[in-house]
Amino acid sequence: MSQEETLNGKLPGGAFLGRALHRIGLRGRGLVIAIPVLWLFLFFLLPFLVVAKISLSEAAIARPPYLPLWNWDDGFLNITLNFGNYLFLFDDPLYLSAYIESVKIAAVSTVITLLVGYPMAYLIARAAPDTRNILLMLVILPFWTSFLLRVYAWIGFLKGNGIINNILMKIGLINEPLVMLQTDFAVYIGIVYTYLPFMILPLFANLVKLDQSYLEASADLGARPVTTFFTVTLPLSASGIIAGCMLVFIPAVGEFVIPALLGGPDTLMIGRVLWNEFFSNRDWPIASAVAIVMLVVLVIPIMLLRKAQAAEAEVQ
Amino acid sequence: MGQQSRFLKIVALLGFIFLYAPIVSLVIFSFNESKLVTVWGGFSTKWYAELFRDPQILEAAWVSIKIALISATLAIVIGTVGSFVLIRFKKFRTKGLLSMMITAPLVMPEVIIGLSLLLLFVAMQGLIGWPGGRGMMTIIIAHSTFGAAYAAVVIQSRLVDMDLSIEEAAQDLGAKPVRVFFDVTLPVIAPALLSGWLLVFTLSLDDLVIASFVSGPGASTLPMVVFSKVRLGVSPDVNALATIIIGIVSLGIIAAALQISRSKKHGAER
Repeated sequence: MSQEETLNGKLPGGAFLGRALHRIGLRGRGLVIAIPVLWLFLFFLLPFLVVAKISLSEAAIARPPYLPLWNWDDGFLNITLNFGNYLFLFDDPLYLSAYIESVKIAAVSTVITLLVGYPMAYLIARAAPDTRNILLMLVILPFWTSFLLRVYAWIGFLKGNGIINNILMKIGLINEPLVMLQTDFAVYIGIVYTYLPFMILPLFANLVKLDQSYLEASADLGARPVTTFFTVTLPLSASGIIAGCMLVFIPAVGEFVIPALLGGPDTLMIGRVLWNEFFSNRDWPIASAVAIVMLVVLVIPIMLLRKAQAAEAEVQ
Repeated sequence: MGQQSRFLKIVALLGFIFLYAPIVSLVIFSFNESKLVTVWGGFSTKWYAELFRDPQILEAAWVSIKIALISATLAIVIGTVGSFVLIRFKKFRTKGLLSMMITAPLVMPEVIIGLSLLLLFVAMQGLIGWPGGRGMMTIIIAHSTFGAAYAAVVIQSRLVDMDLSIEEAAQDLGAKPVRVFFDVTLPVIAPALLSGWLLVFTLSLDDLVIASFVSGPGASTLPMVVFSKVRLGVSPDVNALATIIIGIVSLGIIAAALQISRSKKHGAER
């Protein structure tokens, strides 16, 4: 598009809308800034304060199912803070082990995703531009198709009379079907599978910028390819690795659908615990406390991600 | 070197097989005569017929499409204004806050977003009598909020790449800021708006967790119906549904890719 075209090719409604906004006095930066700030404050930040508040209240059989935190009593403001929900979380081994289990499952899956994703991202970054675009599209395409249905597909693969067992029995490797569905193994597969694009894309974005002359210099100085990889390529892609890993780890910790569909009844992940507290037990204060502690667990990974993304942006 | 690249190619090939085998099997077994999803019983399209006879699925699909259309549009408006303000406006008091709020939904676990929004809606209902019950509207608010975060990522990168001199030229010629935005900036970033819109539309259509939290008894979205079906085991009509979705998405992506490569060639010729 040439510059002239852009200037003249205006949206027909644009000027009109602009004038209309102007007429009702909606002008100036402040009002423009207010639109996204107010919306996000109201529907993103404020909800967390509500969660924090309800995590400190007491459950009750009522609608909504919790007692108010403050009430006016003869002109006095009574505030009853109840830390019992948090004490309960640390008292009952179920919650603690669910947190540990979630972090463990998320961490192991992140490492596996990295091991699978790094070579793929590396190859895509090194491919000729035409091939590169096709390969990138192949990575992105599953991300656009339904997440729920892709997890569902693995049920057909992993179950007792599923595709993998059928193949293994046909070629005579096993006599009895392996139990794969409803195990932690299935949860690992599900997480690696659904989050692989989240790992590959930031890694690719990093590796594609890698200055080839470093690698040549290393080779000229007599380093073998493996040495070059570990001493040059890997350190230079550190921020891409951290960004990719955190993009997998953070949502995986709170994952609900994958453990619910692929995991067994004893696969306790914290997202599932929260879901059950809320939907089955209708204990909103405990569910809120579970959410707040989960956020605290995720603070460090989220900060790592922001740092890595800032570092990536700087290179660009 | 040759050995190394062969190793890479094998790993990458296995990776792509891993990504695509489940999708391919979904499609194949949607045409299976047998009810057993994993045993081939001959070609048949009966599960598609069954899918289109299921009023629950059809109704949920319609609800989901309506929600996705409105959410994607709202998300683009919020995401565009938010990105524009962040990239083009110099320092303002809430800049840090806005930048945090617009990126945080991307990394927040869905269960937390869903729970927190639901509790907000319940609390607001008690205080000011709004939103008056939960259903489509509360889902739309939830989806446009996290959708705005995804839209902002796409739009921000376009705004950063954009040639500032066009905007400056319009300003020098006397256009007011509002006019510059609508007549110059918006047409230039339009492709990013479109891809952001499509992204939010797909995410909204696909969301199970957040919708389950903020929805009321009246509104069941497609993922909610599919999830309750799938929980009971595999059913071939879900495969048929998956095949339809995969077909639409693939066509869309291929069309977009062709469009991009054509416009690139066009640009190169000039």
